[in-house]
Amino acid sequence: MKLQACLLTMVLLWPATAAQGATDLPTPYPYPEPAWSPYLVGLLIGILVLSTLALAGKKIGASSAYSDAAGMIGRLMAPNHIATLPYYQESKPMIGWTLTIVLGVIMGSFLAAWTGGELTGTYLQDMWIARFGADSGLLRTSVALLGGALMAYGARMAGGCTSGHGISGTLQLAVSSWIAVICFFIGGIATAMLMYRM
Amino acid sequence: MDPASDSHSVPSENFSEERPGQTRDADSEPSDPQKWDWLEASPGKLAAGLFFGLVFGFLLQKGGVAKFDILIGVLLLENFIVVKVMLTAIIVGMIGSYFLRRMGVVELQINETKYGANVIGGLLFGIGFGLLAYCPGTNAAAVGQGNLDALVGVVGLLLGSYLYALSSKFSSGTASRWGKRGKLTLPEIVGISQGRFVAIAAPVLAAVLLLLEAIGF
Repeated sequence: MKLQACLLTMVLLWPATAAQGATDLPTPYPYPEPAWSPYLVGLLIGILVLSTLALAGKKIGASSAYSDAAGMIGRLMAPNHIATLPYYQESKPMIGWTLTIVLGVIMGSFLAAWTGGELTGTYLQDMWIARFGADSGLLRTSVALLGGALMAYGARMAGGCTSGHGISGTLQLAVSSWIAVICFFIGGIATAMLMYRM
Repeated sequence: MDPASDSHSVPSENFSEERPGQTRDADSEPSDPQKWDWLEASPGKLAAGLFFGLVFGFLLQKGGVAKFDILIGVLLLENFIVVKVMLTAIIVGMIGSYFLRRMGVVELQINETKYGANVIGGLLFGIGFGLLAYCPGTNAAAVGQGNLDALVGVVGLLLGSYLYALSSKFSSGTASRWGKRGKLTLPEIVGISQGRFVAIAAPVLAAVLLLLEAIGF
């Protein structure tokens, strides 16, 4: 618990210290436009989630793909160690439905970006550069690593992510999902405000 | 429709349930990791997952939610693209799943409510989301469109998942026990029928979207 508290403080202070040498973003910031209307995309995602529920009896999720992948890497490197972890005993790391969903997402997004001429190939994105400068690669690496790790830890604790809870669970009116998604946004808004607008 | 789904009727997310009673059994009969399978479902079902994922990823990218700037803008409350995508999907999905469940085509597939774990895990997730800018699904979409920082996101996500599995050895899920309420839905806690709940909630969410448009988002 003490360790978790320390980690949390570090994480909350990190963006503040990182923002010391940052430049103010223009207001309003010139955000890019999506290729398709968000309402059309939302409608189609809603239909997609209903289709997977009806045809495969499964939810669309994403976060457990990373825990399965991490567990499978562990099975190749240290199988006996992985077998001692209660989480992996309960949920054996295998190539499952969610992992194939996430692999499909990578491919589908590539196709969409390719057909729309939106392939990027950049390490630092525009808004990051506008805020932290073009030579902030190390900062981005640490922030992304820490962010990814916290997010996966939180997702496992909360039982899902923005896909599993945020879309599949909320539309089935699950109380756990509505609580989780509200907390996702509270944490995300607070962190983003500290990092980009303070 | 799908006989293969029976073999995995226990959702993997249900870890941390009824743990203490089983620990002894697990110790006296250590599971041999060499005997664990590599495929969790039939190849056909995995191919279906790949296909649904492909459509999902295509839509995420076309919706602009694989873009770093748009995602940070949403968290800064300066654009509402993710909110529009999610609320539209939720409105369509809540109406659709109500009718599909009445017709017996779909069953409820939800996670248990655990107030402690949902809140603490949700907030940790949110902080990570703000730092990385991509969530687990959109991180995969960002990788697909060529955002190289999302590859670091993948490493972080793998690391965090492993740390959770590691901590499951010591914590025995203390926080995830607070406020366990089982598979609870909103109509149940409000105390009205699902149909009536959807009939109220869908127009309310649609009104939120109209309001966003009206004030210039």
